[in-house]
Amino acid sequence: MIPLSITLRQALERLVLPILIVAALGIILLGQADRSLTERVRMGLADILAPAYGLVVWPQEQARDLLGRMRDMGRIEAENQRLRAENANLRHWYDVAAALADENAALKANLHWMPDPSPSFVTGRVVRDTSGLYARSVLVAANVDAGIHKDEIVLDGSGLVGRVTEIGSRSVRVLLLTDASSRIPVRLEVSHGAAIMAGDNSGTPRLIYYPQDNPPVEGERVVTNGEIDTMPAGLPVGQIHYVRPGQPVVIPFASLGHLDIVRVFDYGRSAVVPPDAPGRIPVRRPADSFSLPFPSPLGRG
Amino acid sequence: MTPDQAPEFQPGIQPRPSLWRRLDMLSRRGLPAALTGMAVLLLSAPFDLPGQAELLPGILLSSVFFWSVFRPASMSSPIVFLLGMLVDLLGFGPPGVMLLVVLLVHGVALSGRYGFSRAHILVLWLVFDGVSLAATALQWGLISALSLHLVPMIAFAFQWVLGVGVFPLLCVVFSTLGRSIANPDRV
Repeated sequence: MIPLSITLRQALERLVLPILIVAALGIILLGQADRSLTERVRMGLADILAPAYGLVVWPQEQARDLLGRMRDMGRIEAENQRLRAENANLRHWYDVAAALADENAALKANLHWMPDPSPSFVTGRVVRDTSGLYARSVLVAANVDAGIHKDEIVLDGSGLVGRVTEIGSRSVRVLLLTDASSRIPVRLEVSHGAAIMAGDNSGTPRLIYYPQDNPPVEGERVVTNGEIDTMPAGLPVGQIHYVRPGQPVVIPFASLGHLDIVRVFDYGRSAVVPPDAPGRIPVRRPADSFSLPFPSPLGRG
Repeated sequence: MTPDQAPEFQPGIQPRPSLWRRLDMLSRRGLPAALTGMAVLLLSAPFDLPGQAELLPGILLSSVFFWSVFRPASMSSPIVFLLGMLVDLLGFGPPGVMLLVVLLVHGVALSGRYGFSRAHILVLWLVFDGVSLAATALQWGLISALSLHLVPMIAFAFQWVLGVGVFPLLCVVFSTLGRSIANPDRV
C-alpha cells in the first residue's frame, strides 16, 4: 500500500461517499437511457438465483399439497356424493358434446374449413413472484432453448396469465395481465362488444373503451380479441363484474395469486403476414429506384 | 458498544495477528453486511408472506442506519453501495433509486453518528423515523418522476410504517450481535 499522510487519507476517505452517490445518480440515468441493459443484468442475476428459489418453493408446495390433501380427506364423503351427481350430469353433456363434434366435423367438411394451426407450447414452473410495489410479474423457469420468444402468450390451466417480456437463458419474466402497464384487447361474449382490459396492479383489471351504447353484462365471459399478432382470438380471460355502477372490472379465470405451472404458447407471430390493402401504393424499395418516368402499360395490381 | 478502532490506537498488549485471528476478525467485522445481504435475498425469495416486498426497504434502511451509526467499519460506503445494487437488481423498479436512497441514509447516519450513538434509543428511533420518512418520500418522488406518473402513495406509507415498526426490534437484535458474535474486539 502506498504510504499516504493521515490528512490525505482522511480526505480520500471522505471522498468515497460523494463519489458513490454520483455513481448512483449515474446508474439512475443509465437505467433510464438503456433499459435493455438493466433487463439483461437483472435476468442474469435471476438466472443465477432461479435454482435457489426453486428450492424455496418446493417445500412450500409440498406443505400446501399435504394440507390440501388432509382437508380433502375430511370431506371425502360429501365430495363423493357431489362427484357422483356431477358425473351423471357430465355423462349427459358428453353425449351432447360428441353429437356436436360430429355435426361440427360434418359441417366443416361441407364448408372446406381451413383448420387453425395448432400452437406449440413450453411448460414451466413459476419460481418467483417478482411483483413489487408497482409491478405485477412472475419469473418462470422454463427451457428457453425450446423456443420461447418475447411477446408470447402465457396461460395456466384456466385462462390467460400474461405475456413474456424478458428472456434469460433459463428463465423468462412474464408480465401479468394485472400489471399497470398491461393493455389487452378483449371481446365480450354476450354483449359482443370490444374493449381494452387495462391492468391497475390490483387483482381485477379495469375494462376501458367499451361501447357506451352496449355496456358489458355482469357475469359474461371475456375472451381475447385477436387484434394483436401474437394473440389468437377466443382465449379465455375472465368474467365481468361491476364493482359499482358504470365501473366494470374483469375477474381473471387464472389464479394469478397462486401461479404454479404455466404454459408459454407460440402462436407463430411471423407466420401470418397481413396482406396489403387493395389499392395501396407499394413501398418503393431501393432496388427499383430507377423506375420508368411514365406509367407502365401493364399497370399495377 | 465498543469502538471499532484500528489496533495501533488501542493501548495494551496485543496477541500476534495470526491468520486465524485475522479471519475471525474479518468474519466478525463482515457479519452485519452479510446478514443484511442475506435478509435481502430471503425477502426477495417467493415465500408468499404478506407485506414481504414492503418489509424489505424497512429492514435494509434499519440495518444500514444502525450499523452506520454504531460501527461504520462494518457498514462502509462501498458495502452500502453493493447492498443497494443487490436490492435494485432483485427488484423491478427503476434501477438506482433504492441505491441512492440507501447511500443518502448512510451519509446522514455517518454525519450525525457522534450525536446519534450517545442518544437514548427512543431518541434514535425518532431520528430514524424522520430519516426513513424522508428516504421513503424521496423514493416515491424519484419513482414517480422516472416512471412519469404518480405511483400510489399508500404502498410507500405502509412501507415506512413497517420500517418504523421493525427498527426497535432490529436494534435489540443488532446490539446483542454487536456485543457478541459480531464484535471484532472479542477475537
